[in-house]
Amino acid sequence: MNFSEVFKQSNQLCRVSPDGKYLATCVQYRLVVRDVNTLQILHLYTCLDQIVHMEWSSDSLFILCAMYKRGLVQVWSLEQPDWYCKIDEGSIGLVSSRWSPDGRHILNTTEFHLRVTVWSLCTKAVSYIKYPKACQKGIDFSRDGCYMALAERRDCRDYVSVFVCDDWHLLRHFETETQDLAGVEWSPNGCVLAVWDSCLEYKVLLYSLDGRLLSTFSAYEWSLGIKSLAWSPSSQFLAIGSYDEKVRILNHITWKKVTEFDHPATINNTKAVVYKEVERKPVVGSADLSIQQHITMGSTLFNTQSKYEICPLPVQVPVVKPDLDRANPKVGVSSMAFSSDNRYLATKNDSMACVVWVWDMQRLGLLAVLEQTSAVRCFQWDPRRPRLALCTGNAKLYLWSPAGCVSVQVPAEGGIQVQSLNWHCSGDSLILLGKEQLCLCYLEIGEEEDEVK
Amino acid sequence: MPESSLEIKDTSCSSSRYRMSSLRQYSQSSVLSLPMTRNPYNMPTISAFCTEENVSECISYINREVSSLGFPLLCTESNNGPELNVVAVLNNVYNLLQLHRRCLQTVEDIEVEQVKSNSNMDYLQLSNTRLKDQLELSKRENTGLLERERQLQLKVKSLHNCLKNEKEEVQKLQSIIASRATQYNHDMKRKEREFGKLKERLNQLLIDKKDKKQTFEVLNYVGRSDGKRSLWKTGKTEARHEGEMYKTLLNDYDSRHKHLLMENAELKKVLQQMKRDMVTILSPRKPSLCGEKHDDSLEQASSEEDEVCDSSRETLELSCEHAREQLTNSIRQQWRRLKSHVERLDSQASLVGERANMNAIPKEVHEEEMDRLKLEIQQYKDFIHTQQQLLQQQLNSPCDDETASLLNDSYMQEEKERLKGEWMSFEEKRKNFETERRNFTEAAIRLSHERKAFEEDRATWLKHQFLNLTPFGDQMKPQMSKSQSALSVWAESEVRPVSTPAKLNKSLSHAAFSTSRASPVKTPSTTDLYCTHRLIPEKSPSTIHPKQDSSILRNGDVPAQLRHVNGGANHRAYTFTGDRNGSI
Repeated sequence: MNFSEVFKQSNQLCRVSPDGKYLATCVQYRLVVRDVNTLQILHLYTCLDQIVHMEWSSDSLFILCAMYKRGLVQVWSLEQPDWYCKIDEGSIGLVSSRWSPDGRHILNTTEFHLRVTVWSLCTKAVSYIKYPKACQKGIDFSRDGCYMALAERRDCRDYVSVFVCDDWHLLRHFETETQDLAGVEWSPNGCVLAVWDSCLEYKVLLYSLDGRLLSTFSAYEWSLGIKSLAWSPSSQFLAIGSYDEKVRILNHITWKKVTEFDHPATINNTKAVVYKEVERKPVVGSADLSIQQHITMGSTLFNTQSKYEICPLPVQVPVVKPDLDRANPKVGVSSMAFSSDNRYLATKNDSMACVVWVWDMQRLGLLAVLEQTSAVRCFQWDPRRPRLALCTGNAKLYLWSPAGCVSVQVPAEGGIQVQSLNWHCSGDSLILLGKEQLCLCYLEIGEEEDEVK
Repeated sequence: MPESSLEIKDTSCSSSRYRMSSLRQYSQSSVLSLPMTRNPYNMPTISAFCTEENVSECISYINREVSSLGFPLLCTESNNGPELNVVAVLNNVYNLLQLHRRCLQTVEDIEVEQVKSNSNMDYLQLSNTRLKDQLELSKRENTGLLERERQLQLKVKSLHNCLKNEKEEVQKLQSIIASRATQYNHDMKRKEREFGKLKERLNQLLIDKKDKKQTFEVLNYVGRSDGKRSLWKTGKTEARHEGEMYKTLLNDYDSRHKHLLMENAELKKVLQQMKRDMVTILSPRKPSLCGEKHDDSLEQASSEEDEVCDSSRETLELSCEHAREQLTNSIRQQWRRLKSHVERLDSQASLVGERANMNAIPKEVHEEEMDRLKLEIQQYKDFIHTQQQLLQQQLNSPCDDETASLLNDSYMQEEKERLKGEWMSFEEKRKNFETERRNFTEAAIRLSHERKAFEEDRATWLKHQFLNLTPFGDQMKPQMSKSQSALSVWAESEVRPVSTPAKLNKSLSHAAFSTSRASPVKTPSTTDLYCTHRLIPEKSPSTIHPKQDSSILRNGDVPAQLRHVNGGANHRAYTFTGDRNGSI
């Protein structure tokens, strides 16, 4: 495993192009595009203000930089560095900007969710979509880029509009049976739209592409409901994480519950392996500690070594009791991710912030539990292999694969506190994002394949 | 007065019961010893009653008193006044003393009794008081409990009230919540509507406002990502979009359908395999089970099932409702059969011992028998045991000559009997042997006779043959040769020895003989004959040539012919063949 040198970034804006060739990073108001392999700067663009949001177009030809405070969006071209495009939303404001799947349209959501403006780079056409709903996930594009589902609210009722992305033709428009729609998400095959209600009510509605209601699922009533939702890459399973600290898996044929994954504080499932991260602080005798040594040890003192130990069952997982009287209590399954091969599901329960759970989707049971020393910030699956990378806001990178678990010290100068990470689309490298830095981690294929074995 | 003093003493005694016994002893001793030991000391008291002067008065007084008490008089009236009769006095004194002692005894008894009753009474009083205390206590407790119960009941009542209140409260709160929720929802809606209106207004204003408009600056427009030009929006586009949407949906359903089909096929495969396994498992058991009473029904069922199996197997490929029904039915049926079979196996396993002994004997009888047998075994065991014991005793005790001889005698007797039996059997065997030997000798003699006769016959026949060597049977030759050609090489060699004894049938023998003319004529011995006879059944298979289909026929024919031929002339050959066959 190799690490690149550390680069600067701001706002954790660092994206690899969809074709995997370029790395774009934002440093204040500058946009830097590098070659992923050589890390040499290819282009440098200067925006009008500090960049808040940055996004690659699907064909890796354009980069969108949004400055929400100024209501500005600037688009840069890789092919023609002197080409420019500037969109000013004016006094109507801007809260969100994104590419359409074809990479030729930009969707801007105005302040107060007054409307969504669709700007076309091909023609001068500007279209408006009124009444977008301000919610957890109001817009979702199908994976093939053909359709867009948009949550709307008019006359105190929730609606979903399905647009054809090609020419923004409204294909379907239907009312949903929700109290307060919280999000929409297409299945990866683009044929089913999952719509879920806000946390006050546990309700998932499944609509076909043509607007037919396929099924409704509700696990319980009266207490806080859905917190997160995830489709398996094969569209076979729909995982629903909720405030009751459970994940429910629905199947794609009957849309009934297949199983339920509980996140107990005491793990005594004999089929699960519990990896516990154990820190080893370098022991230094204070007596023979001269100043010089102290200086040399300075950097290493912070870099505590850590390793995983397999805990004998049963294991008590640290639980932070949430304050249920306050809004948005820190409890429930907030993030879930399926591995690319559909075999594993990683989940995190907010009341056990240090723990990541890995479930086997073939056996439909718990497979592994990773107990970290600090709260897990981010975890992501390798897009190619069943390999999970996670970070906990320290100078370490953690990797899990069915073969085992490793903890790697990031040997960055000055110490990088890994806040978030992104896989390169080839699965051969990882981008580690600190507060103001970034660092690339190259995983050697041979080595890692040995590890998997 | 000694009595009064005694009384006083008694009263004192009664008052102080516990000192009684000692006092009594003292008084007794004092009373007893009074006349002897204390006499000198008591003298003054006595003297107070009787003095030298008033002896006569005393005597008369005593006499009177004594007489009044029923004792014999102390004095006898003599001429010189009353005279003290010493004997009577002594008697009286003795009587008095006795009386006194008895009185003391009774007093003592009564005292003991009284002490006992006193103590009894004390005890009773004590227990009485204790019981009273207890009663008091329990009464108090009772009242306490009653009080508590009352309190608890009160509490329960109050709690009930509380509960009712709480329920009411809850209901009230629920209704309040509901009303508030509706109110909230209503307000929310109103606000949202207002918000919408505001948005609308804002939108309008922003559009109308000229100062800071939305701007869009692009250097030059870029082409579409797919390289195509965008299409005009026409009525057709909608239809196209619809079509595309349905296409994707259809594709999805198609793929899903395919998947399901595949899964179905696999499941079917599994099902079939399972069914086959079931059938194979069930079928070999059938014959063994057929012996049972379920015989008929089972067979029927099995035949039905087989039908169903076959039909379902056929229909498995066609996936329709009917087939499914049939399939499930057959599976269900088979499953039922399997279940019943397993159940039966279970029951069989439990009855296996019983079944081994008898086929259909009820359990009770079986058990009875078992018990009986067990009892018998026990008895026999006992017998054996006692016998063993007896034997041991016999052996241990230096047995006397008589018993020894007796024993010996009995043993001898037994041995003798056995030997006799054996002797008899031997004798019988010997006899058998004898007869057999005789038979053998006879047979040998007969054989020699026969041989002689045969020799003679042969001689005459040869002679005859020799003399009659003429082209007499030439007409017959082609016929025979024809047949022989069919019979081929093998037949020649076979027929040759056979033909020799067939001298009487001239034509046939001729033909036969003519074939074997090349070989030197030789009289076959009996052993040869044996050989020929044996040859027919034995060697023929080994000498069969694949081309000669008729050889088999021939095999059968030859001995038949022979028999036929010889049968008429001499039965010896017949017997020989018979013997041979038998021996073979």
